[in-house]
Amino acid sequence: MTIHPRQEISLFNKAILGPAAWDSLKKLSPHLVIKNPVMFVVEVGAVLTSILWLRDLLSTPAEPLWFTGQVCLWLWFTVVFANFAEAVAEGRGKAQAAELKKMRLEIMARKLQDGKEVKVPASHLRQGDLVVAEAGDYIPGDGDVVEGIASVDESAVTGESAPVIREAGGDRSAVTGGTKVLSDRIVVRITADPGDSFLDKMIALVEGAVRQKTPNEIALHILLVGLTIIFLIACVTLVPVAKYSRVNLSATVIAALLVCLIPTTIGGLLSAIGIAGMDRLIRKNVLAMSGRAVEAAGDVDTLLLDKTGTITLGARMASELIPAPGIPAKDLAIAAGMASFADETPEGRSIVEFVKKHYGFTDVDLNPPGAQFIPFSAHTRMSGCDAGGEAIRKGAGDAIVSHVREQGGQFPGEITYILDGIGDAGGTPLVVSRGNKILGVIHLKDIIKQDIRERFMRFRAMGIKTVMITGDNPRTAGTIAREAGVDDFLAEATPERKMRLIKEEQAKGKMVAMTGDGTNDAPALAQADVGMAMNTGTQAAKEAGNMIDLDSNPTKLLEVVEVGKQLLMTRGALTTFSVANDVAKYFAILPAMFVTVYPAIAPLNLMGLSSPQNAILSAVIFNALIIVLLIPLALKGVRYRPLGAGMLLRRLLLIYGVGGLIAPFVGIKLIDLLLAGLGL
Amino acid sequence: MTANGWLQILIFLLVTLAITKPLGIYLYRVFEGQDRPLPRFFGPLERWSFRLCGVDPDAEQTWKGYALALLLFSLVGVVVTYVFLRFQHLLPLNPQRLGAVAPDLAFNTAVSFTTNTNWQAYGGESTMSYFSQMAALAWHNFISAAAGLGVALALARGLTRRAAGGGDAPRTLGNFWADLVRGIVYVFLPLCLAGALVLVSQGVIQTFSPYLHVTTLEGAKQAIPLGPVASQEVIKEFGTNGGGFFNANSSHPFENPTPITNFLEMLLIFAIPAALTYTYGRMAKDQKEGWVIFGAMALLFLVGVATVYWAEARPNPALAGLGVNQTLGNLEGKEMRFGVADSSLFATITTDASCGAVNSMHDSFTPLGGLVPLVNIQLGEIIFGGVGPGLYGMLVFVILAVFIAGLMVGRTPEYLGKKIESREIKFAMLYVLIFPLIILGFAAWAAVAPYALPSLNNAGPHGLSEIIYALSSAAGNNGSAFAGLNANTPWWNVTMGLAMLAGRFWMMIPVLGIAGAMVGKKTVPASLGTFPTNGALFMGLLVGVIIIVGALTFFPVLSLGPVLEEFLARQGKLF
Repeated sequence: MTIHPRQEISLFNKAILGPAAWDSLKKLSPHLVIKNPVMFVVEVGAVLTSILWLRDLLSTPAEPLWFTGQVCLWLWFTVVFANFAEAVAEGRGKAQAAELKKMRLEIMARKLQDGKEVKVPASHLRQGDLVVAEAGDYIPGDGDVVEGIASVDESAVTGESAPVIREAGGDRSAVTGGTKVLSDRIVVRITADPGDSFLDKMIALVEGAVRQKTPNEIALHILLVGLTIIFLIACVTLVPVAKYSRVNLSATVIAALLVCLIPTTIGGLLSAIGIAGMDRLIRKNVLAMSGRAVEAAGDVDTLLLDKTGTITLGARMASELIPAPGIPAKDLAIAAGMASFADETPEGRSIVEFVKKHYGFTDVDLNPPGAQFIPFSAHTRMSGCDAGGEAIRKGAGDAIVSHVREQGGQFPGEITYILDGIGDAGGTPLVVSRGNKILGVIHLKDIIKQDIRERFMRFRAMGIKTVMITGDNPRTAGTIAREAGVDDFLAEATPERKMRLIKEEQAKGKMVAMTGDGTNDAPALAQADVGMAMNTGTQAAKEAGNMIDLDSNPTKLLEVVEVGKQLLMTRGALTTFSVANDVAKYFAILPAMFVTVYPAIAPLNLMGLSSPQNAILSAVIFNALIIVLLIPLALKGVRYRPLGAGMLLRRLLLIYGVGGLIAPFVGIKLIDLLLAGLGL
Repeated sequence: MTANGWLQILIFLLVTLAITKPLGIYLYRVFEGQDRPLPRFFGPLERWSFRLCGVDPDAEQTWKGYALALLLFSLVGVVVTYVFLRFQHLLPLNPQRLGAVAPDLAFNTAVSFTTNTNWQAYGGESTMSYFSQMAALAWHNFISAAAGLGVALALARGLTRRAAGGGDAPRTLGNFWADLVRGIVYVFLPLCLAGALVLVSQGVIQTFSPYLHVTTLEGAKQAIPLGPVASQEVIKEFGTNGGGFFNANSSHPFENPTPITNFLEMLLIFAIPAALTYTYGRMAKDQKEGWVIFGAMALLFLVGVATVYWAEARPNPALAGLGVNQTLGNLEGKEMRFGVADSSLFATITTDASCGAVNSMHDSFTPLGGLVPLVNIQLGEIIFGGVGPGLYGMLVFVILAVFIAGLMVGRTPEYLGKKIESREIKFAMLYVLIFPLIILGFAAWAAVAPYALPSLNNAGPHGLSEIIYALSSAAGNNGSAFAGLNANTPWWNVTMGLAMLAGRFWMMIPVLGIAGAMVGKKTVPASLGTFPTNGALFMGLLVGVIIIVGALTFFPVLSLGPVLEEFLARQGKLF
């Protein structure tokens, strides 16, 4: 009951391959094949040769019966193999969709009507209805919590087993139909009609039911259709020209030549590549609302990354204690530890750990009997403890200053310098006081995520600009930006400024990607070319983005870009490979067509293929088998490397361009040796 | 092959390289610059022309407007020429009293000259009066070249224009009439005037006298045709037209008397096409973009000329054992004044470009020597190519190369910062489709048509080569001939006329379509992730795409023509 990577459905297992094999036969139906004109031409060729073979059964054949029969068989295989590629790519999605569908069982909703609860089936709920869900209930539909707070098990959708809190108001109000309330009671306003819910969309997405061709796919299709028409002209006109040269070409041979020349490899794998791209995202727990979004991810020029959660760990950590003049460091340390001992925030815990580690204090030192914890309040903006009749406090500079002044204490001028210094270094200062004395400052530092710097370097190598978005002041932001290695930053960010930045970048012709979760992020998410909403975010944010990260991990945006690039690279590599293949096929088939009438042309048979029939057959077999051999590549994608475009192109051109020229020479020769050896 | 021969080829390429930059800058200043060259001299001429024609040179046209102007203008050109040829016998300057040109031939010729093909299904001296040569044909040499140049400029503008800072996306591609007038006033007329004087100094004739009737040394009577040759000779090459004043074209001593005129004529063919690559680089604001295109062209040119030279310098196997001295190679159909090297060079140049002037008979080349000119034309005449068509044809292949391989860098393909999407690919594929459609379609028809085949002088594969060559020449707007075909029959005249029309306008319209689709696109600034189109790697890729997409289509037919002929010739079989 999950699509989480830990329980990923393997690509080539029985559950997928079996139905895929059956599907690839069902997909032979002309009304399905015609969606792919390249394959349609192959199918027409297959039908034609089948008819010829049947005719030859009854009359004197122009070509040997076994030859027509085998060409015909392999042409059918070519179409079947292409269908198979698509079916395998769809297979995993279908398997996942089947799992999800089981979840759509009929839930009885507790609908509020005129303040009274009425039991109705979930499928009867409409937008705007209010429903109640209590511990143990399944939430009957997508909606926003309008009353109460509850912990909800969303593992069904996200695969994450830890329950999440959902409460009315704020950015954590969205609930998903099919998830289970674990505690408390909430009232939910339904926001989606049946059939239009998140679960429905998710099923449709993973199933590939709503798949539309992306812009680049359409352009590529035009190229492939164009090439197909060109080769169709070349092959059809060859018949009268050959007749002039006293060579009679059978339809079987022409069909074989045509199918070998048209770009069947990429034509057969194109849709599988697209489906696999979406699927790779789904395995990363990201739902892309369209293939277009995945493609756009590959094109992204500018990444807007929220500082917190993406670049830095969520919380700040204590990194240094700076005592005020005349105060021993140990005095500051113990006060800081005592003020934080009962503070359960990550910052507080980090301070306690820091003084334990660096000053050797124990729990007993920091929590003397009778100490009374004073929690943080929005009013005082301080926290701490009262122990031994003295108030020990920690808090922002101005809060502590006024606290100390109230008690008639002094504010040493040096502290101001210390505070500024920490701000310049990108840190957050906390001032510690005991009684009416200021003891010193705790330097809280943003902890930049491990290996994020390398990651940004990889993006720079690909020409992608990273921009850090933060609410910090420009000084702090600048320091963190430098440390993390981002190219630029937007400090004191507001939704409006974020929006303006996106529009500016787009006006320069750049594609922008961002993440967001709050309702005020929604306009920017909609404006960005790739907007990834967090699943924990509000309904509005999820509606506005074109991707949803079920793990709610903003770092995922980087992976999404990589998946997009990989998708485009795979398409390019296989197109190049397919086009380059043609050279060898010419040298296999053309001499074979003419050598019987003109033995002088034999030197053109560069590969030294055993007989004209075997030569043509070898080319056709190679052409069919290469599709199968490339299915894993099409589904897994070309291996992604963070290199500059020039290097990347050089590498891939060598592998798929030059390789594409050479591979069929080797492959066709091997198949011919096999055919000759088997005496077929 | 001799060191001298290779040296000539090398020197030719170097001189072409040397004139590329200065002429390229000149073209840029004429068409794109703020201040045009020699304003005191050309300025009034230009303004006067614009006023006379009622052209506002600053009124820019969209791609449709540009295409419509081009089509209308060409239609008028066809009709005027057709009428002049049909009424030749009533018009002045006809000392030989030549009769009216037959309707099919007049159609073929009118189309041929309007489309910058200059295919001549007739012998000039025996068919065209002086008036027809000048008033019906010669001016086309100027204006058809200028029109082609305009289309290349329009495409270059479409690819390179950018939205002015924050302004509206550009939608226009220039003004057809302005490009036409400027091309003639600044480029073709002055340079042709200068060139003609140089040619006259070398012995090319320029006269209105009637033909000379002389008694030869053997006592035979001979008529020697004359005419205003020099003035037509320069534009024949400079505008990549190729229509000779005489049937023998540039092998005729009155058209091409000395090695110097020969070199100059070859240089004139490549001059503008080569310079345009520099102009383009300047428009793209990255000179390397231009040099990559030049490099790809130069590479394909060198491979071609080396192959022809190698093939023609070999002794003809059929003449072995007949006591013929073949140390100079295959001399059949070649002028002794030029020899194998200069004939091979000229043949390669004239078919690389869509010129079609010849100084030797391509029909008499060895099979492989003849294969190269054929392939050159079938590639679309983009190896330097015609004045205009060379650059725009190459740019279409650039777009295809970027699209096919560009995805490999993990972005949707971009060229000069503009995304290549389905609309452009649609037009580019239309462009690529036209060639096989007309050449192979008509060739297949001709190969089995009882009314087409009697025109052949040769049987077997060589006859097939003649058919393919004629149709390629027409579709490519080249105009050179594989001589052996008598193309002045109604079927051939009409078919060839249609092929020329399609090869010109069905290709220009998609090109303008691409320009129109690209011009308004946002320009993404280049980054490390941008597909590099200004280096050697892309040049190699471009050459690969040209060969695979452009040439492989014709490989099956060629293997039954020149390739088969070569193998049969090795066995001593001739056609």
